[in-house]
Amino acid sequence: MIEIRNVSKWYGPTQVLADASTHVAKGEVVVVCGPSGSGKSTLIKCVNGLEPFQQGTITVDGISVGDPKTDLPRLRARVGMVFQHFELFPHMSVERNLALAQIKVLGRSKEEAAARGVALLDRVGLRAHAHKFPGQLSGGQQQRVAIARALAMDPICLLFDEPTSALDPEMIGEVLDVMVELAQEGMTMVCVTHEMGFARKVAKRVVFMDHGEIVEDAPAARFFDTPASERAKTFLARILHH
Amino acid sequence: MNYHWNWGIFLEQVKSGDETYVDWLVTGLGWTLAVSLTAWIIALSIGIAVGALRTTPSRLLVLLANAWVELFRNIPLLVQMFLWFFVVPEFLPRDWSLWVKQDMPAKEFVTAALCLGFFTSSRVAEQVRAGVGSLPRGQRDAALALGLTLPQAYRQVILPQALRIVIPPLTSEFMNVFKNSSVAFAIGVLELTFQARQMQEDSEQGIETYLAVTLLYFICAFTANRGMALIEARTRVPGLIARTG
Repeated sequence: MIEIRNVSKWYGPTQVLADASTHVAKGEVVVVCGPSGSGKSTLIKCVNGLEPFQQGTITVDGISVGDPKTDLPRLRARVGMVFQHFELFPHMSVERNLALAQIKVLGRSKEEAAARGVALLDRVGLRAHAHKFPGQLSGGQQQRVAIARALAMDPICLLFDEPTSALDPEMIGEVLDVMVELAQEGMTMVCVTHEMGFARKVAKRVVFMDHGEIVEDAPAARFFDTPASERAKTFLARILHH
Repeated sequence: MNYHWNWGIFLEQVKSGDETYVDWLVTGLGWTLAVSLTAWIIALSIGIAVGALRTTPSRLLVLLANAWVELFRNIPLLVQMFLWFFVVPEFLPRDWSLWVKQDMPAKEFVTAALCLGFFTSSRVAEQVRAGVGSLPRGQRDAALALGLTLPQAYRQVILPQALRIVIPPLTSEFMNVFKNSSVAFAIGVLELTFQARQMQEDSEQGIETYLAVTLLYFICAFTANRGMALIEARTRVPGLIARTG
């Protein structure tokens, strides 16, 4: 589904991705973790072309992201993304947030888009909030709306960029529950997250990054029980003991 | 002060015809409103577009938009009026040049409205750029990630938020348009300031004249201010205040 081959990226003289390669098969959940500044978010933003990269190739469902001839909006419409700071559109009601791209990008009718939106709000437990504005919701609720907004496009895979790290601790659970459910239904997911409980529970593989490199790419159980590199050991010790 | 006050002067007939001085001022107010509102429409449309272009990833578009802003921001408005009126027509192709100089209807009005519109557009563009720049970058990413094109992202997501943010500085610009329109008298638009000078000379009651005109400008600008405040209130987003303040 997603193939990342030898991807390198620089901001000026600073290299932020160094020869990164990995892949995500259909129905797989892959967790990307690593210290801050390690390039995790940059890597997944390369997958839907939000960040350009200078070397290597990324293909999603056989379509090359870096190819200038690729219709990026069309590709992005099929790849859902959930952001750290939710990024709901604050000037639109929840239902309008869900309907906008369905109408403007997929060409669905208002009624179709509204029906799909309500069904997804129902699914994340927020049907009663359809008419509210994002600023009137809690962080956890906003992130669940954001997941529903991504799902409304019927994506072939979902990218999560630290979806719970801007949330108050008591709201993390409600968002992770939705993500676990999606994983169990077979959604292809790439999650940048420090929620190691989530990773243990649903991730097939863990990709560990440091300084723009993919240091480890291993089945989840093996990564947690017997990490191969010193860097991964240090990282795990740090985040599991705090 | 040895001045002969005469507040009844406004209803008296002008020396050169059968109109009253009020008629002159009403005509002037009409042209002031026409120049100002036309200029404001031009300034908003061009200013929003140019301001938005300055925030795009395209270097060429940013350069062109910056050039537009700098061009109109760095020359005094009065000089710009003269440039558009006397200089620009000379550089047009011969046929156009002749047409502009001889046949263009309401030449003074069109020139003044365009000139003031372009001048104000550079200021609007500055504010729109600042408004777009103040939004979190994630908003653009989120819009693009949903498959919207960049123009769609601006139209649906970025500009509606940026414009709400810049309503207060845009209010000042809207008020400035009315005040700046007085410069149009220099190229012969029969607007309020032009009429005031004419009335002063004709009636020799300069103080009444300019006090009346002052009041009329004040009312224009103040109405603009109140109108924008109304728009600000009508477009307020529920729950958004918490996020920004």
